[in-house]
Amino acid sequence: MSDFAFTLSDADFVARSDGTLWWPSKRLLCVSDLHLGKSERIARRGGTLLPPYETRETLWRLDAAITATDPSCVICLGDSFDDLTAAENVSDDARKTLTQLQAGRDWIWIEGNHDAGPVDIGGTHRGEVVVDGITFRHITDKATRGEISGHYHPKAGLSGLSQRACFLLDKTKLILPAFGAYTGGLSVRDPVLSGLFDPTGLAILTGKTALAVPISACLKR
Amino acid sequence: MLDRSGEASLLLIAPTGGGKTLAGFLPSLVELSGGDHDGLHTLYVSPLKALAADIKRNLGTPISEMGLPIRVEDRTGDTSYTQKRRQRADPPHILLTTPESLALLVSYEDAPRIFKGVQRIIVDEIHALAESKRGDQLMLALSRIQAMSPDLRRVGLSATVEDPAAIAHGLAKHPDPCPVVLADPGPEPDISMLVTEEKPPWSGGGAKYSVPAVLDLVKQHKTTLIFHNTRAQAEIYFHNLWLANDDALPIGIHHGSLSRDQRAKVEAAMVRGDLRAIVCTGSLDLGIDWGDVDLVVQIGAPKNVKRLIQRIGRANHRYNAPSKAVLVPANRFEVVECVAALEAAKDHDLDGDPKGAGPRDVLCQHILITACAAPFDATELFQEVKTVGAYSTLSRAAFDDCLDFCATGGYALQAYDQWKRLKEVGGKWQLRDPRSAARIRMNIGTIFDIETLKVKFRRSPKTLGEVEESFAATLTKGDTFLIGGQIVRYEGLNQLVVEVSREKGRTPKVATFSGTKFATSTQLNQRILSMFSRDTWPALPAHTAEWLQLQREMSKLPQAGRIQVETFPQDGRENMVVYGFAGVNAHRTLGLILTQRMEAAGLNPLGFVVTDYALLIWGLTPVTDVAPLFDPENIRDGLETWLQGNAVMKRTFRIAATVAGLIERNSRQGRKSGRQATFSSDILYDTLAKYDPDHLMLRITREEAMRGLVDFGRIEDMLQRTKGQVDHIVVNRITPLAAPLFLEPGRIPVFGEGRDKLLQDKAAALMREAGLSDL
Repeated sequence: MSDFAFTLSDADFVARSDGTLWWPSKRLLCVSDLHLGKSERIARRGGTLLPPYETRETLWRLDAAITATDPSCVICLGDSFDDLTAAENVSDDARKTLTQLQAGRDWIWIEGNHDAGPVDIGGTHRGEVVVDGITFRHITDKATRGEISGHYHPKAGLSGLSQRACFLLDKTKLILPAFGAYTGGLSVRDPVLSGLFDPTGLAILTGKTALAVPISACLKR
Repeated sequence: MLDRSGEASLLLIAPTGGGKTLAGFLPSLVELSGGDHDGLHTLYVSPLKALAADIKRNLGTPISEMGLPIRVEDRTGDTSYTQKRRQRADPPHILLTTPESLALLVSYEDAPRIFKGVQRIIVDEIHALAESKRGDQLMLALSRIQAMSPDLRRVGLSATVEDPAAIAHGLAKHPDPCPVVLADPGPEPDISMLVTEEKPPWSGGGAKYSVPAVLDLVKQHKTTLIFHNTRAQAEIYFHNLWLANDDALPIGIHHGSLSRDQRAKVEAAMVRGDLRAIVCTGSLDLGIDWGDVDLVVQIGAPKNVKRLIQRIGRANHRYNAPSKAVLVPANRFEVVECVAALEAAKDHDLDGDPKGAGPRDVLCQHILITACAAPFDATELFQEVKTVGAYSTLSRAAFDDCLDFCATGGYALQAYDQWKRLKEVGGKWQLRDPRSAARIRMNIGTIFDIETLKVKFRRSPKTLGEVEESFAATLTKGDTFLIGGQIVRYEGLNQLVVEVSREKGRTPKVATFSGTKFATSTQLNQRILSMFSRDTWPALPAHTAEWLQLQREMSKLPQAGRIQVETFPQDGRENMVVYGFAGVNAHRTLGLILTQRMEAAGLNPLGFVVTDYALLIWGLTPVTDVAPLFDPENIRDGLETWLQGNAVMKRTFRIAATVAGLIERNSRQGRKSGRQATFSSDILYDTLAKYDPDHLMLRITREEAMRGLVDFGRIEDMLQRTKGQVDHIVVNRITPLAAPLFLEPGRIPVFGEGRDKLLQDKAAALMREAGLSDL
């Protein structure tokens, strides 16, 4: 696996090819938009009965990232659960896996628009958190410098090649890709996203390897 | 027809235009003429909305002239909401509809009241319906209606087909018999191939070269239908016809992507006799009565002899005169194919593949539809489903699988006990949440439409037509494309509408409309191969005969019973051409299997492209030993692993899962809120493959793919026929027969080591250019 190292507000980070963010000097791992319990929420609301395996799959991937990095702190950047009821209804198996993952490290749940409110699963619950001048929150705030957020599920690709979930990085902020198994993506070409970023920034595509390309190159068709 | 109107089931087979539709209605008119029947008497179902409208017109005249007390109405996706509501409250005597609209009617709580007393159902163009899941859906709906009105008699009307007994089996209430009435086939058609001064091009489907000659034909005839195999080709051809139409002959266009208004306008003009020609696609394939058509032109090879015969029948609706048709090959290879098709037509050698058992995804939808109407008893429904010919061999276990899927999702992990879709109450199954009925109804149907967007002029309410969403995504402001025969300029996307402005005199960037890619039939391919084995080709035009001769000199012509492979370098890539003659779908599968094996062998394949006759693979490393790639044992072994990861399977899964109700397609709300909310069905496929590989949807996907898009049966046939004998011809440059493949669109990339290497090079170059390489 080849990852991409970069600097934001004088701190050194690594964008991992699996879509997680690693801060080596703090031994801090950050993931965003897990959307655990999504299929349960859709079924509950009278929708279709999607394969109920996304929580298992997402936690399995998270386990792999944690095993690879052995962080002392994990930050989940919001929308960790598809809604608060989904958090309550999370299976015993998933609860057990989460408890095992949390053992021996700090675990911070940042609040997202899907899961605004405390959840009854270990770890600390916060609106946002600042570590060494870097702000971690769910939805980006334009004025903040040195900020890491999620929410938008960005994806990008080079013309002629299919789009992949990606990190978006410019001089002041970073947006993480969605980590959950049942999450779609918003194209970097969408005005909502392209308006947030300086086109001189980078899109770091996830996949087999983390591949950094100028955002401007992803805007071309 | 009148003599046998008492039969419980009857199949009438007549060539296109034998007046069979009106014959089908005669008994209804007689029975209704007394004026003592209340409510619905006759249902008429056709695969096309246009056909229903046409029949309404044709029935209206005699009924009003004779002053019969009969009300005839149509009900399709185009019928207004108010009209539909009124029809439910007060059904007409004769209702003209489509399988989808009928399934929707069956899903309503008041269905028993609507269908009580219905006497006859006429299924028009049943040969066309029988080829798809639409036919299965219709027959399932019929089994429900028959239960509500046990005296229902069934009549099927079919064009000439290769296996009438199979159609009859599908029509009758199983195990009742279904007599077949064969009408006089009429005189032999007069078919020829257009030969022009200008030679057909090497590749492509446009046939632009034929425009002057076809215009001449139009001038010499009263009314001409100009058939195309795809909508995009019809658009381009129509545009080119108008550019050359110096005499301003009235020529119209008709295809499924045009707006309802536009189609209706063309249909009306045609009925009035105002048009000299119509450029059209399969949307006119079926028996709409256009009056005095005296010539059918088929642009592009017909791919299938049966379809050709059916299209030709569109010309000359008088029974005793021969139909006249001209085939126009779009490219050089199609010249060969057209001549082969002409020979097959002369020999009455119709082609077709036997149909499998009733598809289970359609059954799942039927179970949900049944639940929408009322709580049901599982055993009763099972017995009822088994009266449908296609489902007569269905086992109880297979039925229960489908029921379980509808109720709980059918997962190995029992996760939704609380949130079941169907629940059993007092021995009957019903919807857990009555609100889900609306969602189920919105997803009725088995036609898999690629998501499309409407196209409109800015500040105009009028819809010009529709384009695929994926096509719209490739447009940038200023791009031009053709729609409804005019060139328009893309201005932007506004609320899911593609906004355009008028544009004159520029070469358009062409819209890629959806269109099923039909594979050339096995029989036709075999005819082509046998033509190759002749010493000379007097039936072929000189330019084509010389091309084949040149191939014979530089390499070899492919032979029946052997697989011919050519390898040569071209444009800095190493190329391998496989002449499989197994049709596009099978070649695509073969391409995926071969490239996977090449990847494993370190041959760095980059991509491939397929046609009906061959497959071209290009890569970074030359293939020197081809025989192991074609070892039949290895191909079969590799199939299972390969099947799991490939895009064709994912597409098949998407279709089956949508039909079965796992994925909702008509969720406009979801689309409006942006793509962020939706995720690709590929993720569901991957998740199931990993955690629940035996799930019903995956089993259905595997079975369907083997028959349809994957078409592995044809590869098996090919391997069996050839016993794996591969003729490997190594040449130092591109061969005459291979050359057109290099111009073929629709290239499929292979995401392997070769492409990763290219992508990394490209990314590195971009970063260097942007001065970011040290970041």
